Amino acid sequence: MNPLSACLLVAAFLFCVGLAGALSRSSAILVLAGIELMLGAANLNFVAFWRYGSVAATSRVHALTGIMFVLFSIGVAAAEAAVGLALILAIYRHAKTSDVTEITELKG
Amino acid sequence: MTVAFILLALITVAAAVAAMSMPRLVHCALALVVAFAGLGCIFLALGAEFVGLAQLLVYVGAVAILIVFAILLTRGSEISMRPGARSAFSGTVIALAVFAVLAHAVMTSRVSRIATTVAPPSNRVQEIGVELLHQYVLPLEVIGLLLTAVLIGAVILAWREKPAAEQEGARTR
Repeated sequence: MNPLSACLLVAAFLFCVGLAGALSRSSAILVLAGIELMLGAANLNFVAFWRYGSVAATSRVHALTGIMFVLFSIGVAAAEAAVGLALILAIYRHAKTSDVTEITELKG
Repeated sequence: MTVAFILLALITVAAAVAAMSMPRLVHCALALVVAFAGLGCIFLALGAEFVGLAQLLVYVGAVAILIVFAILLTRGSEISMRPGARSAFSGTVIALAVFAVLAHAVMTSRVSRIATTVAPPSNRVQEIGVELLHQYVLPLEVIGLLLTAVLIGAVILAWREKPAAEQEGARTR
């Protein structure tokens, strides 16, 4: 087992922890946190392939592609968290709960 | 694979498990901060300094604060995970099955046998800046637009709606 597959295994486990949280927790905030963990695991994959992949070492042109992907992914994840939490606040104010098993309708 | 990487990976994974399994929401948020910080430190250990620091700034600095604020603003909705809940069991089983598939795919693929490069590719901040403003200038602009739209959208969504009667009263006053 080389460092690359160790990184990939860690990322896979983080992804699955996030998936388990998103599937099994009933608080909407924790569902969002689980999705953030899954995005973080994907970022770890990008960094691992950038660091250990053989493409980056051979070609100068694409040497920074992995880094760029992670930067933009972090930006999109932050945007997603902001809108998601604002939505949770709006729903909480309306339905007086943030339990995803109790919020069954969108109609106000 | 260094000792630092193994330690950081263990801390990150343990904090992530704690964040997803603790009964109280505030404890979950604190464990989540540790998990994000550990992930940022893994990036640093892998040689991606700029990304690691960006991860620390954005996740530990901004997203964690957002989550804590959301937890505090939705007080009284704190639900502990019911231990015997069916969704908890099936969610864990599904996640474990996904992990088994992913781990099998990683271990049997060619990736686990290739010779990995020793030195990290160069990623000086200057090079990243030059690349951002040359090859990646369009994505950069798009993400700037996205973040502006998100700022406005989040404010509109979280805006406290006044009840109709109260607005009527304010108008007549």
